[in-house]
Amino acid sequence: MAIERDVVGGVLVVRLGGELDHHAVETLRDEIEQSLEETRCRGLVLSFQGIDFMDSSGLGLILGRYRSVSARGGKMALCKVNPNLRKIFELSGIYKIVPVLDDELSALRMVKEA
Amino acid sequence: MEYVGHSVLQKNYMYLSFPSRSENESLARVAVAAFATALDPTLEQLTELKTAVSEAVTNAIIHGYEGQEGEVRLRCAIEGGAVEVVVEDDGVGIADLEQARQPMYTSRPELERSGMGLTIMENFVDALWIDSVPGQGTCVRMRKVIQPDPVSQ
Repeated sequence: MAIERDVVGGVLVVRLGGELDHHAVETLRDEIEQSLEETRCRGLVLSFQGIDFMDSSGLGLILGRYRSVSARGGKMALCKVNPNLRKIFELSGIYKIVPVLDDELSALRMVKEA
Repeated sequence: MEYVGHSVLQKNYMYLSFPSRSENESLARVAVAAFATALDPTLEQLTELKTAVSEAVTNAIIHGYEGQEGEVRLRCAIEGGAVEVVVEDDGVGIADLEQARQPMYTSRPELERSGMGLTIMENFVDALWIDSVPGQGTCVRMRKVIQPDPVSQ
């Protein structure tokens, strides 16, 4: 699982890579939580550009981060969701909870404006 | 020369068993995908099949064995234009299948499970059967049509 972290204008950007299954999300969850803690960012953008595979464990990761970011009074957005993942996103109704934008810039704007 | 079990071999199959460790989730779905390649699936069909297998194996590991060591058995067969996958464990079983099938229901919210595993399986394969005996284990059987039978169309 490749992961790249960046702070852009006070928002934590996490670029995910590889396969988002139960095995991967166990460590990923702790890494993102730790980064939120260290950077003291309230906003979070998750980029799915490098994700080739995702199952319901990925949905759990998104909803879990949504809860922790919301609890700190922050906002969250997703971006770069490839067509392979679309069906899972649609089935889960995640679009109604977390905004999904085409690219990182739009996602950043969304989180900052909120 | 006599071919013992020749009729059985006309149906291609594969067995795989592995310990209930999370790193084996990717092994299971990649193995099924490689096996199903013989039917020349589209990328979308392959992704759906891999996702459904991943959900079933993850359930066996998290819910069946509750994180303890156990054995997960995977059986695959190609029948006509369809692939059939069976994922079996000797874990705790499912007490209430009706409840487990509810979208967003999870017995393990503390593990950040989304409760969408069974819903995803139901949507990504053509048929799904679940047999479970509390205290004995769970058997999930799924069937995905890759190449529709031209005769039945």
